[in-house]
Amino acid sequence: MDSYSKRKNIIILIFLLVGVVFILRLFSLQVLDTTYKKTATNNVLREVVDFPSRGLIYDRNGRLMVYNQAAYDLLAAPREIAGFDTTLLCSILDVDREQFEKSLSKAKNYSTYKPSIIVKQISPERYALLQEKMYKYPGFYVQPRTLRKYNYDNAAHVLGYVGEVGPSMIKEDSYYRQGDYIGSTGIERKYEQYLRGVKGKSYYMVDVHNRVKGSYDRGNMDVSPVKGSDLVISIDAELQQYGKQLLQNKIASIVAIEPESGEILSMVSTPGYKPSDMVGRKRIDSYPKLVGDSLLPLFNRAVRALYPPGSTFKMMNALIALQEEVITPRTRFMCNHGYHIGSFSMGCHHDREFRLDASIAQSCNAYYAHTFRRILESSKFSDVKEGYEKWREYVVSFGLSQTIAPEISDELPGFIPNSDYYQRRVFPYSRWRALPIISLSIGQGEIQTTPLQMANYTATLANKGHYFTPHLVKNIVGTNESVIEVKKFQTMIDSANIEEVCDGMEQVFSIEHLGTARASRVPGIRICGKTGTAENPHGEDHSTFIAFAPRENPKIAVAVYVEYGKWGSTFAAPIASLLIEKYLNDSIQGSRKHIEKSMMEANLLFPDKPNYFKIE
Amino acid sequence: MARRTNTWGNIDWITILIYVILVISGWFNIYSAVYHEEYSNIFDISQRYGKQMIWIGLSALLAFFILLVDSEFFVTFSYVLYGLFILLLILVLFVGKEVNGAKSWLMLGSFAIQPAEFAKLGTSLAVAKLISSYNFSFNNYRKIFALALLILLPVVLIILQNDTGSALVYIVFIIPLFREGMSGLILFFVFYAALLFILTLVVSPITIIVTVIVLALLGDLIIRKSWGDLLKVIAMIGFWGLVVWGYSVIFNDNNPDIYFLLVRSSVLTSIVLLVVSLIKRVPQAPLIVSMFLLSLAFTFTVDYAFNEILESHQQARINNLIGVESDPLGAGYNVNQSKIAIGSGGIDGKGFLQGTQTKYDFVPEQSTDFIFCTVGEEWGFIGTSTIVLAFLFLFIRLIILAERQRSVYSRVFGYSVASILFFHFAVNIGMTIGLAPVIGIPLPFFSYGGSSLWFFTILLFVFLKLDSSRLEQLH
Ligand SMILES: [Zn+2]
Repeated sequence: MDSYSKRKNIIILIFLLVGVVFILRLFSLQVLDTTYKKTATNNVLREVVDFPSRGLIYDRNGRLMVYNQAAYDLLAAPREIAGFDTTLLCSILDVDREQFEKSLSKAKNYSTYKPSIIVKQISPERYALLQEKMYKYPGFYVQPRTLRKYNYDNAAHVLGYVGEVGPSMIKEDSYYRQGDYIGSTGIERKYEQYLRGVKGKSYYMVDVHNRVKGSYDRGNMDVSPVKGSDLVISIDAELQQYGKQLLQNKIASIVAIEPESGEILSMVSTPGYKPSDMVGRKRIDSYPKLVGDSLLPLFNRAVRALYPPGSTFKMMNALIALQEEVITPRTRFMCNHGYHIGSFSMGCHHDREFRLDASIAQSCNAYYAHTFRRILESSKFSDVKEGYEKWREYVVSFGLSQTIAPEISDELPGFIPNSDYYQRRVFPYSRWRALPIISLSIGQGEIQTTPLQMANYTATLANKGHYFTPHLVKNIVGTNESVIEVKKFQTMIDSANIEEVCDGMEQVFSIEHLGTARASRVPGIRICGKTGTAENPHGEDHSTFIAFAPRENPKIAVAVYVEYGKWGSTFAAPIASLLIEKYLNDSIQGSRKHIEKSMMEANLLFPDKPNYFKIE
Repeated sequence: MARRTNTWGNIDWITILIYVILVISGWFNIYSAVYHEEYSNIFDISQRYGKQMIWIGLSALLAFFILLVDSEFFVTFSYVLYGLFILLLILVLFVGKEVNGAKSWLMLGSFAIQPAEFAKLGTSLAVAKLISSYNFSFNNYRKIFALALLILLPVVLIILQNDTGSALVYIVFIIPLFREGMSGLILFFVFYAALLFILTLVVSPITIIVTVIVLALLGDLIIRKSWGDLLKVIAMIGFWGLVVWGYSVIFNDNNPDIYFLLVRSSVLTSIVLLVVSLIKRVPQAPLIVSMFLLSLAFTFTVDYAFNEILESHQQARINNLIGVESDPLGAGYNVNQSKIAIGSGGIDGKGFLQGTQTKYDFVPEQSTDFIFCTVGEEWGFIGTSTIVLAFLFLFIRLIILAERQRSVYSRVFGYSVASILFFHFAVNIGMTIGLAPVIGIPLPFFSYGGSSLWFFTILLFVFLKLDSSRLEQLH
């Protein structure tokens, strides 16, 4: 009756076959293939970077200059985004809709799974609005970041700014990830290692909707962020502010140095920009404007503008001549409205004989033509070329023709030609003579220096023969580490010779000696200074002044450049005197208030000649 | 009184033991799959595991009552019960509740029942009744027609509910039918077609063509037992290949690809062989040749239909159905996450309640259709292979029980029960490990849900009741 009972074996075989296939498949999935374990961990594990707050920056007197403000980045994990009201979100965030959609599609291309930043640096106010509506936007997340905030509107060039890290830096330093911030310029860049701190990491478990479900491994793998180190910089924020006010509406720069330490007290370059212009989303608008501005506000004149030093260089020639013993402080030279020899003539405006101190006080050109010739043509040297080489050796020992501030990465070295230069350009077919290069005697000609170098030169005079590495950072709070080595540089000049020159520099402010800057004298302060005029082939000459004070135990050495200011005495000298008075006395005495007022009000910008001011 | 004692004494406690083990493991895995810290009490009836506990309790009660019922009741009322479930299937078309696009749930107060599940029970009873009826034979076309009608009627009604997955289960009735004498070819063709269907979508057509040609050649070799003939056939394929290639190059001026050449040359060879074998009256040869041609035609139809007729979103759905994982976040996402869950379990699993894929919702439908993922993730290969072996043991036990029946009715019903459970087992676990289409059918005794648990319980215990009273039965 049941002739098919053997078929039960076929049926059992089919069942067993499926069972065996399943077990083999399970064995391969669970035992042989280990990739699923990793994938499952990747599914739930989220690494969240905890950004440390960036180190603060204080001025030399402990005034807080730079601190942090909260900002928020909006991230999106495209896979989790459900339909949402784009218009509303864009209006909450105050972003362009087209831009927003572009970032969103870019994020999708990058990964539908990993979150990417869609809108950067949302202000705390906007974030508060967003937070209320956040439930409407699944797939969007907010990540707290910090942005820089400033208590002073100055020192932008010194402080530099913080920007997003570039691809080459990411490649170079594994610390950085796409979207991280990094100091781009100035101190922010130089001291990035200290200011940035150390990023922390937290590991979370998330569910399929990317909702955090708890910490991974009870937080054992988490690393807390370490706050960045605070810096105390050498800048005096109030002096910096005062300098900026004095220079407003001028193309100008100031560098002030504390001679005994090399600390830079103030470094102003105008026209400049507010440090806050470069923060976060504001930079997107302001940066192109600053780049396109014909007055070059991004250009730090204090360390990058090259000028011939002009008459402020006369002390250099005097010192070399004294040191080489080709003159004495009592050596006299005649000025007949200048220096005339053969067909050569160098103009001046005196008709009298000068001693060294008076030649400085009244800035006689003829005196220095004589002095310069005496140096180069000294019998000590076999020829003028050797004399020039010795002369250059002296000049360079003052820190010229080289960069001197290792913290300032964009500083230019300036130019003091070596003998080869003149050999090729001036004396290719003839023997060396002093006359063809005699404009060096009054700081004109081929030589070029920066305001920083001239301030350092002044500090060297104040120190009677040596200077310290000019620097901006006094110390890193909480460490004894100094990042740059502050070295003492000795010049080849004896201090006694410098004292002689300083007599003349003090007379610059003297009425009875008819000093060139007598109008800028500060009753109660013994200032040593020197006016200068930097020749400007493009228009009115530049007004320069260098000074240090007080004469005994100097506290400040300053160099001021005012472009198109004509005479040193018209702008640079009064401005330098005001700075010194402000720094030493903390206020300007009543008799000099009118000088302060006229300096602040003076406008040397000519907006009708936009590219006229370009510095080559 | 005597009969009742008889029931408890004769009941197959081994099957009940496996049943209890599977149901309890299912409950624990549901607990793990929907576990929340806030509701950690496994008896909390606001949660699925608490509810499943109630369904289990009710199932025990149902099982108990079924064992009290006289086994003659099922035999006698087979057609009536079948008719009742058919009525429910019709009813659900009008008043059913739509879930996931299928209008298949009947709401009875707070209880939800899926008549499609119970219709399988009715169909099993009716099929058993018909086959065990007087003068049934596979040559009796009237009876066969009635049998086909019995099976196809619920299939059509379930497809009308848009619940294709549940309708597919009815394919397994070929297993009891095969056991009762239906031609083995039908079973073979069904499996062959299913295999080809899935292969066509997963593997490239050229692979299938080559495989089919090789299979045909092997078949040819086995039947004729002649290497010489095999070489002749291969030579003929080569000859036709050259002819087709030459024709294309000379007349159509294009260089045909290997796919084109193989298909045409083998089809031409087949036709020649068919004619020759018919003339020479070689037995079985026409069968092989025609199967070969049918395979080709089937492959082409599926391939063509898939690539030319279906819209891309439909293609994606089919790809999803067969678990093609080209896009882990797209159509194959569920299967991919399911495989990650199971694969990450390793040998001994992550431990009870420790499965991250499960706990954090990466696996879809984890307490119902994808419950096996939780087993795989938390109990590892040890857990999964134990469950697979337990099911296999249950199926074989059921076949042994079915074979010891005196009545054809009980035997057919027993085979139906084993086959239905097997189909659910094969498709459900198969889809979680990427070996079967994603068809939303539950894993027996494991998946969350009262309706399916009750159905499987009733199915099993009706058979156990029949088995316990096998000695009294005359049919
Ligand atoms: Zn003169």
